Amino acid sequence: MASSAASPPAEGGSEPFRIRGTLTITRAASIQREIDAEADPVTIDLSGVERMDTVGAWLVYRTVRDRGAKVTGASPEAQSLLDQVEEFDKPVQVRPEEGASFGRVIAELGQWMVEVGRTLVGLLGFFGATLIAFMQVASRPKRFRWNAVVQRFDVVGVRALGIIGLMSFLIGVVIGQQGAVQLQQFGAEIYTINLIGRITVRELGTLMTAIMVAGRSGSAFAAQLGTMKITEEIDAMRTIGVSPIEALVIPRMIAAVIMMPLLAFWAMLMALLGGGIFVWLDLGIPPLTYIQRLQEVIPITDLWIGLLKAPVFGFIIALAGCFQGMLVESNSEEVGLRTTTAVVQSIFLVIVLDAVFAVFFSSIGWK
Amino acid sequence: MTERQSIISVRGLTNRFGEAVIHENLDLDVHRGEIIGVVGGSGTGKSVLMRSIIGLQTPAEGHVEVLGENMVGRTEDEAKNIRRRWGILFQNGALFSTLTVAENVEVPIREYFPFIRPPLLDEIASYKIAMGGLPADAGPKYPSELSGGMVKRAGLARALALDPELLFLDEPTAGLDPISAAAFDELILGLQKRLDLTVFLITHDLDTLYAICDRVAVLADRKVIAVGTIPELLALDHPWIQEYFNGPRGRAAADTAKEHAEA
Repeated sequence: MASSAASPPAEGGSEPFRIRGTLTITRAASIQREIDAEADPVTIDLSGVERMDTVGAWLVYRTVRDRGAKVTGASPEAQSLLDQVEEFDKPVQVRPEEGASFGRVIAELGQWMVEVGRTLVGLLGFFGATLIAFMQVASRPKRFRWNAVVQRFDVVGVRALGIIGLMSFLIGVVIGQQGAVQLQQFGAEIYTINLIGRITVRELGTLMTAIMVAGRSGSAFAAQLGTMKITEEIDAMRTIGVSPIEALVIPRMIAAVIMMPLLAFWAMLMALLGGGIFVWLDLGIPPLTYIQRLQEVIPITDLWIGLLKAPVFGFIIALAGCFQGMLVESNSEEVGLRTTTAVVQSIFLVIVLDAVFAVFFSSIGWK
Repeated sequence: MTERQSIISVRGLTNRFGEAVIHENLDLDVHRGEIIGVVGGSGTGKSVLMRSIIGLQTPAEGHVEVLGENMVGRTEDEAKNIRRRWGILFQNGALFSTLTVAENVEVPIREYFPFIRPPLLDEIASYKIAMGGLPADAGPKYPSELSGGMVKRAGLARALALDPELLFLDEPTAGLDPISAAAFDELILGLQKRLDLTVFLITHDLDTLYAICDRVAVLADRKVIAVGTIPELLALDHPWIQEYFNGPRGRAAADTAKEHAEA
């Protein structure tokens, strides 16, 4: 055995277990194994130890505590370390208490259901609180911070023009290209224009804009309010007497509700432009014909459908974003979680509502 | 003062952030086994000095030696051996928020000694938590569930995880009530004696300076203008030092320290 290692156990365990060299955390695992292999009663001889740390002392101490081992040859320093480790041997809970696994699954399911219920009730309550705040703003419009709203217009609307325009342009091109490939097989490529016109104006312009706004602004709302919650800015507002809903939530909602239809209209135009350029270059249909044809095939109700949905989607996005932001309580990790939830929730709600709108508008005869 | 072994030695340190010069040609020595307090007005670069010493901030110029090893311009691998010989308590605790207190304490041990089995790891974590002065039920709690004082104690328990020779504390008593702050001072002093630690302590707390520091280094005018025991510093007639120790708060702290000494 190596010179620094412990000596092997002698017959009957009467020979002391001698530790030489260092007794530190670096050798903790192997020394523990060797001590475990010793037969009772154990005597540990520390006279050969050159350096010991608290982990080493702990190993010796726990053997004394659990197996009644004797310690010999401890230097004053080693003895003081042993005493010190003993002093801090208090029952400290390290792991959280865990129930049986089956019970735990059921409990988690139950907690999850409670959580879902609470979120729904909370969302409803938040909706009510914003309505009340809207009333208050309407009764005293002079006190309202219109500057904040205009600032939100810039962030939510103007700065989104570029990315939403580009996205819509490309979507127009893709619809045109895919439509043309299929319709050319019947010699009906002129119907590509119908396809581009109706699908972008009625559905995709608004829907894609809503998804982009949810990702861009809904997440920002949740993160901003969440951070303000953590830094106690929102509490500070309350104590000064400023309603956080009035000061933070309402401007964001107004901005989202007003900007969504404008952005959706912009998205429609850009998609039509993208599709138009594609049919001009690929199918050889001149722009003038394209525009004339669009006028013939898109009923004005399509535009109304697209533009009516937009503010509702904007409202949903702002509601989910602000609600999740206000739910943040303790730490920065929660801001990330809440932001993700806000985006997922608002996109989900937008798509569900879009389906509802599709059925509704068809059934009132806007086909 | 007798010749003592330097555990940290800083020579000609210069730190700049753009135009702003934080340190210029700064020298400092920390001796083995002492508690050195670093004081200075806000913005004099106390934290930057600590970050330069522990290698989080690469100085513009200068030489930093810790535990006999040069710290400037080292690769992460080379620095690793020194990193396990010190413990650091950051100003706001810097506990990993996704881990429990016990798991936080276990992080450094797992990192350097992956072969230690979980039961032993838990025992080590448990007595380090007790050593940090935390209550018995603190182990499975998350940092967000702890009070400010407990966060600092948990941070200290993590800093002590690997039996460091050198302990860095960045404003350990800031934000604590006077009773917790005094208890924390006592805890540090006790641990320092028992574990034979060298402590590098940044503080604004005059009571802490009087209660536990062997020497005090004063940062001003971009360098360490004076190092010494408090009586030695009081003998100097630098305006900032006089203002600091002889202001109303300084005198109150001195009185408290005197009462303690007499009691």
